[in-house]
Amino acid sequence: MAASPHTLSSRLLTGWVGGCVWYLERRAMQESPHKFMHLFRNINKQWITFQHFNFLKRMYVTQLNRSLNQQVKPKPEPVTSPFLEKTSSGQAKAEVHELRPISPPSLPLSRKANEKELIELESASVIEASIDVGNATKEEKQWKEMKLHVDDLPGILARLSKIKLTALVVSTTSAGFALAPGPFDWPCFLLTLLGTGLASCAANSINQFFEVPFDSNMNRTKNRPLVRGQISPLLAVSFATCCALPGVALLTWGVNPLTGALGVFNIFLYTCCYTPLKRISIANTWVGAVVGAIPPVMGWTAATGCLDAGAFLLGGILYSWQFPHFNALSWGLREDYSRGGYCMMSVTHPALCRRVALRHCLALIGLSTAAPILDVTTWTFPVISLPINLYISYLGFRFYRDADRKSSRKLFFCSLWHLPLFLLLMLTCKQPPGGGSDKGEPQS
Amino acid sequence: MASLRSGRRTVVSHLCRAFTGPGSHLAPERGAPRRDAAPSRVSRFCPPRKSCYDWIGPPDKCSNLRPVHFYIPENESPLEQKLRELRQETQEWNQQFWANQNLTFRKEKEEFIHSRLKAKGLGLRAESGQKATLNAEEMADFYKEFLSKNFQKHMYYNRRAQHVSCLCSLRHSEQRETAHPRPSSSGG
Repeated sequence: MAASPHTLSSRLLTGWVGGCVWYLERRAMQESPHKFMHLFRNINKQWITFQHFNFLKRMYVTQLNRSLNQQVKPKPEPVTSPFLEKTSSGQAKAEVHELRPISPPSLPLSRKANEKELIELESASVIEASIDVGNATKEEKQWKEMKLHVDDLPGILARLSKIKLTALVVSTTSAGFALAPGPFDWPCFLLTLLGTGLASCAANSINQFFEVPFDSNMNRTKNRPLVRGQISPLLAVSFATCCALPGVALLTWGVNPLTGALGVFNIFLYTCCYTPLKRISIANTWVGAVVGAIPPVMGWTAATGCLDAGAFLLGGILYSWQFPHFNALSWGLREDYSRGGYCMMSVTHPALCRRVALRHCLALIGLSTAAPILDVTTWTFPVISLPINLYISYLGFRFYRDADRKSSRKLFFCSLWHLPLFLLLMLTCKQPPGGGSDKGEPQS
Repeated sequence: MASLRSGRRTVVSHLCRAFTGPGSHLAPERGAPRRDAAPSRVSRFCPPRKSCYDWIGPPDKCSNLRPVHFYIPENESPLEQKLRELRQETQEWNQQFWANQNLTFRKEKEEFIHSRLKAKGLGLRAESGQKATLNAEEMADFYKEFLSKNFQKHMYYNRRAQHVSCLCSLRHSEQRETAHPRPSSSGG
C-alpha cells in the first residue's frame, strides 16, 4: 500500500520537529557543557531556553555568569587599586612606587620629612583626582545615545520578541497540528505556524514593555532591549501591534476563527493576566501553565476546526509539563524573586511547589494512557513512553523529598529533553486513519 | 497647499522623533546649545552638544535601572514639556524605589545571615577567611519573610506604576493630537 500523503507528511513533520529539537538541544549543550555544572550554584544565572513549547512565557539563555549578586551588593567604591591595575598612565604607578619607600618622618629630618609628606599628599591627591577622572571617563563611555540604528534592528526585534522561545512555541503548535486527525494541509499548516509565531512575538514584546524595572533587577533579564534602551517603548509597542494584528488576522481568516480566537485569548492571558499576577499571587503559575498549553491546542484546532478531546489532551499534556519544568527552575531563583517582589510558590509555599511538581509528573503518565483511549495514538504509546515518564516522576519524587538544589536541577534538565521526546513518541505512535476512512486510497 | 506640505513635514518629523526615541529631532539646529533635563541624581555625564537624542547610562549601582538624560528640543511645546517632566519624575521615583528596595534587601539579608550564624555558634568568617554564607535552603526563610513583608510596598508600586504609565500614554496621545490635529469635517 502506497504511503498516503498524510502519513508521509506526518513522518516528515516528525523528522522536522525532531530535527529542530535535537539541533536546538545540541546547541544548548554545546554552548556550555561545563557551564551546566555551574548552574544553580549561583542563583543569578540565565537559562537556556528549553522551555519547550511554552507559549509566550519565559525564556532562559545560558551565560556563564560568575559574578555574585551584583544587584544586592553595590560595587565597592574604587579607591586606588582599579585605577592602578589599569594604569592608563605609567606615571601614576611610578608615583605610587615612589610613595612606598617613604618612611614616617624622623625628628632630625622633620623638615625634609614634612616636605616629603606634602609631596606624598599632593601625589596622593593627584592620583585620586586622576582616579576620579578615570572613573568619570569610564562612566561617560558607558552612556549611549538612544538613537535607533537600522542595522541593529533585526537583532533587537529578535530579542524583544524572544525569538527562540517563539520558535519553540511554534513547534508545539506544529506538533498539535500533526497529531490532529485528517489530511495534512500544508498551506493551512504554514499559515498556522506564521500566525502563531506573530502572536507569540507580540505577546513577548508587550510583556517586556511592562516589566522593564523588574527585568533590570534580575541577571537573567537585564540585557533585554528595552532595559538597555536600544529601542523606545513606543517602537516596542508598535512592533507588538504590527505582529499581533496580522498574526491574529492570519489565524482568523487564513485558518479558522476558532484558532484566531484562541490566539487573541492567549495574548490577553499572557500580557494582562499572567504578567500582573506574577506580582500579586502564586496563581500566576497556573495561569502561565494554561498559556503554555494553548499553542498545541491551536495547532489541533487549525487542523480539525474544533475543540475536541484530542485538543484537550494535548493541552493537558503541555499544562502538566509546565509544573515540573517551572517549579524546579524557580527553586534556584528564589533570591531574585524575593527581591523583585515576584510571588512564586518556591518562595512563599515551598512544600506546595514540590508537591505540585510531583503531582504533575505522575499526571503525565495518566495522560499518556488517555491518548490511545481518545484515539489520538495507538496503545504502543503509553508503553514506550513509560520509561521516560517514570524517570521524570522519580526525579519529581526526589525533588519532593530532598528539596535541594541538586534535585531541582536534575528535574529541570530532565524536563528539557522529556517533552520533545514525549511529543516525538506521540507523533510516531499517532493513530493512523481508521479503516473506515478511504482518504488514502485511490479512487477506483 | 503650502500648509498641507508643512503639515505633512511636521507629521513625519514627529513620527520619526517618536520612533527613534523620545526627544530626538530630525533637524538639529547647529550651534544651538543642547539643553538637557539632567537626572537629579549626581551624574557628571553631559551629552555632546550636537546630539539631539536622549542618552541612556549604565545601570545605577543601587537601583540597577539605567538613567536617561532627556533631550530638550528648542521648540518644545508646553505639552511636550509636561510629558518630559512626567517621564523625568517617573524615572526618579523608580530609581528611588528600587535603590531603597535593593539596599533594604541587602541589609536585611546580612542581618539574617549574622543572626543565623550566631545561633549556630559560627563566626562571620569561615576557616578559609572568606565571608561565611548560608546555603539556599537556609536562606529560604529569609526570602519568604522578605517577600511577604514587602508585599504591600510592591502592590503600591505596581498600582502607581500602572497609573503613571496610563498618564504617560495619555499625555503622549494628547501631544500628538496637538501636533497634528485631526482635520475637521467641514473640509476645504
